Amino acid sequence: MTAPEFALKIEGLNKTFGDFHALDNINLEIKPGEFVVFVGPSGCGKSTLLRIIAGLEHASNGDITIAGRRANDVEPSKRDIAMVFQSYALYPHLDVRGNLSLGLKQAKKPRPFIEAQVLKAAKMLALEELLHRRPSELSGGQRQRVAIGRALVREPQLFLLDEPLSNLDAALRANTRLEIARLHRQTGKTMIYVTHDQIEAMTLADKIVVMNKGRIEQIGSPMELYRRPLNTFVASFIGSPQMNLVPGSKIGLKDVSLVGIRPEHLTISADDGPIQGAVSHVEHLGADANVYVDVADIGLIVARVAGDVEARPGETIRFDMRPDLVHYFDEQARRIN
Amino acid sequence: MSRPPSSLIRGIGAHIALAGYTAIALFPVAVIVINAFKSRAAIFSEPLMPPTAKSFSLIGFETISSRGDFLSYFVNSATVTGVSLALILLFGAMAAFALSEYRFRGNALIALYVALGIMIPIRLGTVAILQMMVNGGLVNNLLALILVYTAQGLPLSVFILTEFMRQISADLKDAGRIDGLSEYKIFFTLVLPLVRPAIATVAVFTMIPIWNDLWFPLILAPAEQTKTITLGAQVFIGQFVTDWNAVLAALTLAIVPVLILYLLFSRQLVRGLTAGAVK
Ligand SMILES: Nc1ncnc2c1ncn2[C@@H]1O[C@H](COP(=O)(O)OP(=O)(O)OP(=O)(O)O)[C@@H](O)[C@H]1O
Ligand SMILES: [Mg+2]
Repeated sequence: MTAPEFALKIEGLNKTFGDFHALDNINLEIKPGEFVVFVGPSGCGKSTLLRIIAGLEHASNGDITIAGRRANDVEPSKRDIAMVFQSYALYPHLDVRGNLSLGLKQAKKPRPFIEAQVLKAAKMLALEELLHRRPSELSGGQRQRVAIGRALVREPQLFLLDEPLSNLDAALRANTRLEIARLHRQTGKTMIYVTHDQIEAMTLADKIVVMNKGRIEQIGSPMELYRRPLNTFVASFIGSPQMNLVPGSKIGLKDVSLVGIRPEHLTISADDGPIQGAVSHVEHLGADANVYVDVADIGLIVARVAGDVEARPGETIRFDMRPDLVHYFDEQARRIN
Repeated sequence: MSRPPSSLIRGIGAHIALAGYTAIALFPVAVIVINAFKSRAAIFSEPLMPPTAKSFSLIGFETISSRGDFLSYFVNSATVTGVSLALILLFGAMAAFALSEYRFRGNALIALYVALGIMIPIRLGTVAILQMMVNGGLVNNLLALILVYTAQGLPLSVFILTEFMRQISADLKDAGRIDGLSEYKIFFTLVLPLVRPAIATVAVFTMIPIWNDLWFPLILAPAEQTKTITLGAQVFIGQFVTDWNAVLAALTLAIVPVLILYLLFSRQLVRGLTAGAVK
């Protein structure tokens, strides 16, 4: 048997809740071993899409193929997937060992195999000391690791992770992010990761799926999305601080509805830069600084400037932009250059 | 830890209020119990005094054990209450799970229909129930009482348990589904343990009216071999003379099992098992 071309393929998928169109004509192909991140604002349908992939929710129509097999009517436990939930969802009545092994026990795997899998996962996630603890006796980070371990032991073809880091504090989040990246490298399994944090998306993904209001806006690698956003939504969603969007007419570009300039592509100009305004606020980040400038007719514009800047609020400042790094959009907010 | 004086005063105030309430609630029970152990003359001369060496008497308990088959009344009451309670909790929890977990047409309507049962007293249907039991040949059969009490207890049980089950994390059940648990296993191993406090509440609230009921035993099962303890105690209450010793002794004995069950359930009431389930 040759390996199927796609770990997951979704064609023409729709989901409605009553009158509400939660997912609108989703088409998606994911290759084996890819790390795919779904990003989008709250309520755009990321979790719904993930739950449909997992089989926890039925699609209104459309096809889902997992590892070359049509999965529309396959039960969640038979889809060869594992899921990590935002709330961890550990079984409160079982200890860590019980939590890790329940899925394999249900699948009637032999005891020694279960034991070996549990120990392997416990070792990977540094849970060996905690195998006898109940979830209520664990810290948040430890619970999260158990939740990931529960997915690992099953060695599924497809990992589904729904905002697994959102309940952790900032330091732990950065650590666990690295951990997940390492697990992906070690296991080589396909992973789908849902987040609304664009930094997680940029740092983890092989491929990012940007969603908005139930639709996929763009699919691409992090750098593709950064360099060539197909519309203003993707343009302002990816990158921090947000891309500046300026009406073309205001800076002498008659055929362009909106011009997008990333804050990091604006440079302070000594004399005659095209954008000029009064500094309203400066955020010093150490290695660089965000300068907020009030430009007449246009409004607030952000520039990300390397190093430290002398600019004080109230001072007039001028910026240059590199024409090759500027994004043009038409009236429908679509990219035109 | 020291507390500011105002909250200390408030704490004392709350305790005084609660102690007062407890005293009021316990008073009739205490009167029954202390008088059950006194001679008839002492009951009437000093009803509020505890039994002394002189007034102490077990005559009531002796009457009970000699007259009427009290042990069998006891067993009848326990059977009816126990079986009804088990059915109410089992079916109530199952219905609540279906109503809280699954989206299906008529879900809200069924929930409303069930809730209506809380407001309409089942005694309004006594005549129809009696006819039904006569036709079904269930008169003077404990099954008749069990069926009626199960029907009477289900609405409240479904209503309360549905609300509690809605609170249980959907992720937990979904994690179970992905791990291959059947819906039954999810219900029995994940959901039921988490609503244990609610089940204990429902148990306490439904158990006591069933144990104390006089109406349906009198109508549906008055025969000697199906009498419940509340009905059995009535033989001592006559139109002209009432054997107070026996009545109070019977009531004292009737309190014991309820008390035991209550203590069992109330431990559950307090113990929350949900900690650490999610988050
Ligand atoms: N069972 C449901 N019934 C009705 N509407 C639903 C249901 N589940 C989700 N929705 C709606 O579908 C939309 C998408 O929900 P979803 O949970 O997928 O959002 P999300 O992208 O995961 O958001 P978040 O980042 O906040 O988790 C939301 O507007 C939500 O209100
Ligand atoms: Mg979500």
